[in-house]
Amino acid sequence: MLPDLWNMPLSKMISHKRAVAMLALMGLMALGACGPATLPQGDRIADRDEAQNRAVHRFNVALDRAVVGPTARGYGNVVPEPIRDGVGNFAANLSQPSHILNNLLQVRIGQASQNLVRFMVNSTIGIGGLFDPATAIGVPAAQTDFGETLHIWGAPEGDFVMLPGFGPSTTRDTIGLIVDMATNPVRQVVPADDRYYVTGVQLLDLLGDRYEVDDLVDGLFNESADSYAQLRSLYLQNRRFALGGSAPALDAGGDDIYADPYIDPY
Amino acid sequence: MFFTPQHTRRAFLIGSIAVAGAGVLPRAAMALSTTQASALVEQVAGEITRIINSGQSENTMIRDFERMMVRYGDMPTIAQSVLGPPARSATASQLSAFAEAFQGYMARKYGRRFREFLGGTVTVTGAQDTGRYIEVLANVTIPGDAPFEVRFRVWDRSGRPLFIDLLIEGVSLVISERSEIGSLLDRNGGSVDATTAALRNLG
Repeated sequence: MLPDLWNMPLSKMISHKRAVAMLALMGLMALGACGPATLPQGDRIADRDEAQNRAVHRFNVALDRAVVGPTARGYGNVVPEPIRDGVGNFAANLSQPSHILNNLLQVRIGQASQNLVRFMVNSTIGIGGLFDPATAIGVPAAQTDFGETLHIWGAPEGDFVMLPGFGPSTTRDTIGLIVDMATNPVRQVVPADDRYYVTGVQLLDLLGDRYEVDDLVDGLFNESADSYAQLRSLYLQNRRFALGGSAPALDAGGDDIYADPYIDPY
Repeated sequence: MFFTPQHTRRAFLIGSIAVAGAGVLPRAAMALSTTQASALVEQVAGEITRIINSGQSENTMIRDFERMMVRYGDMPTIAQSVLGPPARSATASQLSAFAEAFQGYMARKYGRRFREFLGGTVTVTGAQDTGRYIEVLANVTIPGDAPFEVRFRVWDRSGRPLFIDLLIEGVSLVISERSEIGSLLDRNGGSVDATTAALRNLG
C-alpha cells in the first residue's frame, strides 16, 4: 500500500525511499500527461546569467590549471593504464544502480534490464566491477541520469548554467545532478564509514577521464577564441544528441545552417 | 469578396506552378544518390586511414589533410556557413580569402588530432536524403574506445558530390566553428578582414 504522503511529517516524507516513490509517482503522472520535452536544435539557448556563468568558467579554468590538470597528469603518468581502467570500470559499475533506477522512472524497461544484466555480470564475473566482461559479450552501458528522466517527463532544459567544478549544464540537468547524488542507491547501501571509499573511487575515475582528454582540454582552454562560448556550444550539441534530439539543420535564427554559395542571384 | 472565381483561378495557377517547381527543382539539384554519397564516405575514410597509418611526420599529414579537405569538402559552403550573417555583406574576394585562411586553420587544428584515430575503422550504417543534402551515418571504432556515431552531410550543389559538414555524436563541425568564428568576429570588431588575418595564426 502506498504511504499517505499528505499526512506525513516532512522529515519522514523526505526519507529516501518515499522520496523516490513520490518522484516515480509524479513522473508516471507527468508521463501520462505529456511526452518528452522538445529539444532545440544546434547550440541555441537562453544564457541569462552569462556574466556569472563566465565568472564560474574562469574559476573552473583556474582550478583545472592549478589543481585538476596537474593531478590528473600525475595520476595518468604514475598509475598504469590497466589499473586506471579497473578504477574506471569499478566506478562505472557503482553508478549502474542509479542508471537502473532512472531507467525505471523513465519506463524504459529494456534499458533497465540491460543495465541490471550488466551490473550482475560485472559484479560477479567481472570481480566486483573491476573488469567489464558485459561490454565484451555485447551488453554496453545504457548511461542515463535524472536530467534525462526529467526530459522524458516533459521538463524543458531551462537556461544554460556553468557549475563550479562540474562544468556546463542546464537548469534541468543541474536539478538532475543534485537528485542523482541524493538518491544514488549505492550510497544508501554502503555503510557510512565506507562512503569515503566510494567518493574516492569516483574522484579517481574523474581524474582518469580528465587525463584521457588532456589534449582536448588543452586545445579548448588555450587555443579557443572564447573557450566559454565553445564549451557551451559543444556541451549543448552533445547533450541534446544524447537525449535523442534531431540532428541540427537550423541555426539560431531558424535558417538552414548551410549557406548556398551556388544560388545564381540573376 | 476577395475570393472571386478569378482570384481563385490565379491562386490555383500560381500554386500549381509552385508545386510543380518544388517537385522538379530539388530533384534536378540533388542528382546525388544515397549510394553515391555512402561510396564517397567510404572512399574518403579509406584515404584518411592511409594517411594516418603512413607513419609520416605531423606536418606532412597536416598538408595531406588540407589537400583532402579542398578535394572533398565544399569549402565555399563551409566557409560561408561558419561566417554566418557577415558572409552576406562580404565581397567575393573577402569570402575567398576567408575560405582559404579557414581551410588552413582547420587542417592545423584537426590534422594534429589525427593520430588519435590510429587503427580506427569507419563502417557506413545507412544514408538518408533530407532533400537538401544526403546524410550518411557511420560507426567509428577505435581500439580501446567505445564506438561512436558520425554523420557525414554531402551535397552536389557545386556540380560534384562534396562534404558540407561532419557531426560526431551530435556535435556539428559547422555549428561549433560558427561559434568559434563568431567569437573571433566579436573580438575583431565584426571585421571579416581582421578575422581572416587572425585565423592565419590560429589552429
